[in-house]
Amino acid sequence: MSLPTAVHRRVFLGVAVAALLAVGCKPSGGGAGTGTEIPVGEFASLTGSEAAFGRSSHNGTVLAIEQLNAAGGVLGKQFKLITEDNQSKDGESATAVKKLISRDQVVAVLGEVASGRSLEAAPICQQYKVPQISPSSTNPKVTEMGDYIFRVCFVDPFQGTVMAKFAANTLKAKKVAVLTDVGAPYSVGLGTFFKERFVADGGTVVAEQKFTKDDKDFKAQLTAIKSAAPDAIFVPAYYGQVTLIVMQARELGITVPLFGGDGWEAPELLQGPGAAAALEGCYFSTHFSPDQDSPRAKEFVKAYEAKFGAKPDAMAALGYDSALLLSDAIKRAGSAEPEKIRPVLAATKDFDGVTGKMTLNAQRNAEKSAVIIGIKGGKFVYTETVNP
Amino acid sequence: MSEFIQQIINGLSVGAMYALIAIGYTLVYGVLRFINFAHSDVFMVGSFVGFYSGKVLGGTSWAGGLGVMAASMVGCALLGILIERLAYKPLRSRSKLTVLITAIGVSMLLQNVGQLVFGTNPQPFPDTLPATTFQVGGVVVSSKDLVVLGFTLCLLGALEYIVLKTKVGTAMRAVAFNPQAASLMGINIDWIISFTFGLGSALAAAGGFLWAYKFPRIEPFMGVAPGLTAFVAAVLGGIGNITGAALGGLLLGVIETLVKGSRWSTWTEAIAFVLLILILLFKPAGLLGRVQAEKV
Repeated sequence: MSLPTAVHRRVFLGVAVAALLAVGCKPSGGGAGTGTEIPVGEFASLTGSEAAFGRSSHNGTVLAIEQLNAAGGVLGKQFKLITEDNQSKDGESATAVKKLISRDQVVAVLGEVASGRSLEAAPICQQYKVPQISPSSTNPKVTEMGDYIFRVCFVDPFQGTVMAKFAANTLKAKKVAVLTDVGAPYSVGLGTFFKERFVADGGTVVAEQKFTKDDKDFKAQLTAIKSAAPDAIFVPAYYGQVTLIVMQARELGITVPLFGGDGWEAPELLQGPGAAAALEGCYFSTHFSPDQDSPRAKEFVKAYEAKFGAKPDAMAALGYDSALLLSDAIKRAGSAEPEKIRPVLAATKDFDGVTGKMTLNAQRNAEKSAVIIGIKGGKFVYTETVNP
Repeated sequence: MSEFIQQIINGLSVGAMYALIAIGYTLVYGVLRFINFAHSDVFMVGSFVGFYSGKVLGGTSWAGGLGVMAASMVGCALLGILIERLAYKPLRSRSKLTVLITAIGVSMLLQNVGQLVFGTNPQPFPDTLPATTFQVGGVVVSSKDLVVLGFTLCLLGALEYIVLKTKVGTAMRAVAFNPQAASLMGINIDWIISFTFGLGSALAAAGGFLWAYKFPRIEPFMGVAPGLTAFVAAVLGGIGNITGAALGGLLLGVIETLVKGSRWSTWTEAIAFVLLILILLFKPAGLLGRVQAEKV
């Protein structure tokens, strides 16, 4: 073996190892609670395909923790937020939550937005008896995982009902098509609840099509939907694929409105050439709108804009509420021990969050109103509020 | 009926991109007898080079779009040559398995460096080529589909010409046939192998650019799924055979689309792979591949 080749290989390996190390090691918060601090864990999709959700939710949580600490914390202690990124990948959330519980000894876990990833973490939180509060996972199965799992948002049977009524009454649709992501429990669940309600109210589902997470080409499914001639198309999916779906639908000459759930809400939905134009006249349901007329919401929007320079969306508001609810529960329990927080959390009644007053029901779900947002002139426009 | 024709058009347009990527796999295999698993990540880099050069050039025009595509092809050709020189050349005398595992390593390296350099959030790809749609009867044809098909056919033609009619192409075939004998005939093997990698990577880059043009959301893992399908296409067509790879890509694109549009849509991948197994059972060398006697 000649010398230059050997050197080459060593350089190459060096680069490879350096790159892998740089990717593999993320700064992590250390240590257990020191007595003056209450460690709170958070896992979020800060990077990857649903990064917009993770970042919004994380920003909301950070803002809440900062405000709580500035106001003196709780029980004379400061909160310490320890955040793990699951890169929007399947399988990472379980590892992240195990680390938060066993190494960082957090008193509670906040997360996630996507139901699939909350479902990964839930059995672990339940096993170690650490309360998990999901800010915005709407699939009913999440809190069914055990009595340590809570959420501060409504569930998909309600969201499905809201959108079924909206399709029938506002969009005047009699025939709809449903296009779901079979890999996401959120998408499958919401699609089913929507369908059940829409059919029960006298509508027909003329086409049902499916896709998976890696799909970029939806023309096959959309062509089949087009020939069924629906009045509207329900797409309960996440924003990254929704933009491509709507753009390809328009390319195929489908002019009817498409509508979906809270998975649509991210600024990225409208980014890129032609995206806003294609989405004009489409609608989605969500938890919160910065244009909502409540003093609590206005205060939050102001503080969020001052810190992050952008208007908060529903994920940010729910991230904020999840941290506030935890702090409130610790205060009411008079202790930061996970097993003492749980029963108090379960008894939450009329808690005043920025997304509205919430009472946790027997299934540990929040009962509250939904907001419908339309896309007009390339912007998210508040359309109406639907009460449970 | 118009739905069926529409599905065929949809399928051909995805299949054309699979074909472009598959040709890269087959080209390298034909000359070196090993699968370059980093190929699908060169495809990803190609679309990111297009993304940045599209931002620099700005605007939507044919000249600009072609410029962007040329930039990503040149960039990736250089990357392909660099990868071969640094990672594969030192291992040329080692077993094929060593090289294969190195290729997987290079693939992971590109994905992870891609995450650091490009970020992991999907980016909207800028509009580089003008786009319209045509309506013929009940069938809608997007100019994007025509552009993708047209480019693929042109690049295929150019490649066939290079391999069959030029001096470099003759040398490539000679190296594929017998490297030792080729080098005794005065062919610079290193140069020819570099050229093969450059050519294959340029095709991957063209595929990456067209993919991003059609599906304008790009991220560092975007190469994995189409890369796998294209690899299957290359095997289906008979790996080592250029026309076979193109045929395999188009065929797989159409089959995938037809299955996705039916009510068995969740079985898409399963059906594609069952088909592959069936074809390989009856034609072990692929559709257009020839069974070769093993040299001992």
